[in-house]
Amino acid sequence: MEFFTISMLNGLSYGLLLFMLSSGLTLIFSMMGVLNFAHASFYMIGAYLAYTIAKVTGFWPGLIIAPIVVGLLGALFESQCLRRVHKFGHVAELLITFGLSFVVVELVMLIWGRTPVEFPPPPSLRGPAFTLVNSSVDGLRLVLGAAPAAMCQAADSSVRVVCSPFPATRGFMMLVALLMLVALWLLLTRTRIGLVIQSALTHPEMVESLGHNVPRVFMMVFGAGCALAGLAGVIGGVTFVTEPAMAFTVGTIIFVVVVVGGMGSLAGAFVASLLIGVIQTFAIALDYSLLSLVRGLHIPLSEGASDFSVLKLSISQIAPILPYLFLVLILIFRPKGLLGTREG
Amino acid sequence: MSLESATTAAGAAQAAPEVNPVPAMRPWPLRGRAGTWAGFALILLLAPLVFSSDLSVSMLSQIGIAIVACLSFNMLLGQGGMLSFGHAVYTGLATFVCIHALLGIASGAFPVPVSLVPLIGGLAGAFFAILLGYVTTKKAGTPFAMITLGIGELVAAMVLMVPEFFGGEGGVSANRSVGKPFLGITFGPPLQVYYLTAFYTFVCTAAMFAFTRTPLGRMLNAVRDNPERVEFIGYSTQRVRYFSFIIAGFFAGVAGGMYALNFEIATSEVVGAGRSGLYLLFTFLGGATFFFGPIIGAILMVLSFTLLSELTKGWPLYLGLVFILMVMFAPGGIASLLMMNVRLAAYRKLGRVVVWYPALMATALVMLAGAAALIELFYQIQLGSGNETHTSVFGIGLDTQSQASWIGAVAVLLVGYALFELVRRRFGRVWGRVQEEIEAQVAAREGR
Repeated sequence: MEFFTISMLNGLSYGLLLFMLSSGLTLIFSMMGVLNFAHASFYMIGAYLAYTIAKVTGFWPGLIIAPIVVGLLGALFESQCLRRVHKFGHVAELLITFGLSFVVVELVMLIWGRTPVEFPPPPSLRGPAFTLVNSSVDGLRLVLGAAPAAMCQAADSSVRVVCSPFPATRGFMMLVALLMLVALWLLLTRTRIGLVIQSALTHPEMVESLGHNVPRVFMMVFGAGCALAGLAGVIGGVTFVTEPAMAFTVGTIIFVVVVVGGMGSLAGAFVASLLIGVIQTFAIALDYSLLSLVRGLHIPLSEGASDFSVLKLSISQIAPILPYLFLVLILIFRPKGLLGTREG
Repeated sequence: MSLESATTAAGAAQAAPEVNPVPAMRPWPLRGRAGTWAGFALILLLAPLVFSSDLSVSMLSQIGIAIVACLSFNMLLGQGGMLSFGHAVYTGLATFVCIHALLGIASGAFPVPVSLVPLIGGLAGAFFAILLGYVTTKKAGTPFAMITLGIGELVAAMVLMVPEFFGGEGGVSANRSVGKPFLGITFGPPLQVYYLTAFYTFVCTAAMFAFTRTPLGRMLNAVRDNPERVEFIGYSTQRVRYFSFIIAGFFAGVAGGMYALNFEIATSEVVGAGRSGLYLLFTFLGGATFFFGPIIGAILMVLSFTLLSELTKGWPLYLGLVFILMVMFAPGGIASLLMMNVRLAAYRKLGRVVVWYPALMATALVMLAGAAALIELFYQIQLGSGNETHTSVFGIGLDTQSQASWIGAVAVLLVGYALFELVRRRFGRVWGRVQEEIEAQVAAREGR
């Protein structure tokens, strides 16, 4: 039970982080038709910038400043580079963001080095947010913060006690993501800017003839999407590892998310993010393989067959490829994505 | 993704030279084309006599492999408008199959001549393209790109998970000089492998060029430019993409097989995303809009891998920057730059723009020197061993400790940029005027 709760929370928090990235990506895509290949690069820049700022001023100012700087960089890239290649079509737009992702990784290695940097969470986010104590005598209890050591030790060997802590950074990740989600929703549906953005999604010419500067709206949306990625990067940086490979690791997953959710569907991106976050987290914790399944079914195997590595692969080992398998399955059975409305 | 969006940059730019073919005696008579192919064959034959050191023969073989790989990639990107981020899957898996074929030949279990191994690779590539391409080619445009990326990751991860076949981190190695020698050819010496590679390179290049002239090749262009119309006429765009994908997979596999013969080892890196990215980068740099563009790209790929990487540690950064500039200012790659000048020459107006090239190049070089000095200074700080603070650009010594180096680098960069911008604007005006004159000539002739 406590395993399920903690894994579920871990999965949800990871899924929400993915959504912080994929929401920006989806917004940019549905607006400009550009799939920003460098989106995860902005995530990485956010993490590294916050790391540098945190060294000077501490973590909290970094949490605010880094996303703003990333947003400005994104807007600059859109207005200087992306807009110029717009006339060459979508492949050129995809290519230039691909080139940017290539350059950003090199620049990050140039400025911050090739090895991971140490980017610890601030003192208030260290340690667990709460601990689930499962005792075979007292049942399941929830303790805020770390559980006292005495509670996690059984008085005698017949009592089984398991303490499962939930890291505070994960909790903070969920909190920020949910706040961001609400703020984004309010912005898009309740404000004037949001209405302009929504209408520019579907009828850019009409919006333009009503006197709105649509290219500037595009630039703002691109910048805002990048800022969201930067914010995700700050939080992802303290929770996971801040290293030059972080962009690629997350980048491929969020592309899977947007394709699985349905290209351009914000709700689809949300569902797919949570789904993939939860699937991956649970898979890492499960140590079953085909071999154990075969054994469980009492099917006799020869010596050689039980040595074959495909059978011995446990679910936790194939966890990294599960999102891609999921992608292939979705494409075969529901080509428009989970909540997508259009094909191709 | 809207349907018209698949009309790619490639499409738009390629249409131009076809609508306005180089004037006078074009289209090229058959004799001219035969001459081109004979010249290509002659270059392939004579290259190892000119560059005869061991290193250069190995580089020439790599160029041959890269040419086939990039051309097969361009079958998707340039001719089909399909941007693949996972082309190394097909070259790489074929390499693994060919290594196992070589092992089979060595053990006697698989009696085929070594010279046919690239063909086995081709069949393997086509097989995997049949298998994976069905999912991949369901979509075009951006979703296609994302799916190839996902499948590339899937395969790269699986390769590490099945060490029985793929050898895990260490990879699998084989020996190419196995089986019975044929006319004394054992494929032991690099030169013999080069000639085998050159033979396959020539045949594959010719075959891929022939493909562009087949009905399927033409339909592929149509699917790239106007998929909606193709559907209305009654073709299945998905099937056209799928068939072309399989053929591209075959040629990618041949490249993978040649790789297996040349390096005699296959590691997990050969299917990785890094290699797929390189195919994309260099095919585009060479020029995706012309058939011969990827050949230029392939030569650049091998040269930059072996020579540029010796010169500076920061070469991927330079490469990335050049790529971005290329996408922004010359989306047709080097090939299109060449062809633009050929067009001018055909109208006898080349002389008027050529005089600007030295000035453009000189100012660009100044700008590059400044940028390179800055980048190299950063690299020296980041990667320099211990107290080593010196580095050099174009033979000029730089020191990360001295302010003069930093200020000098920035100054050179700014001055270079200002001068370049000045020259570029004037050149732009001349270029525009010349183009207008050509347009006027074309219009006058068509109105005749």
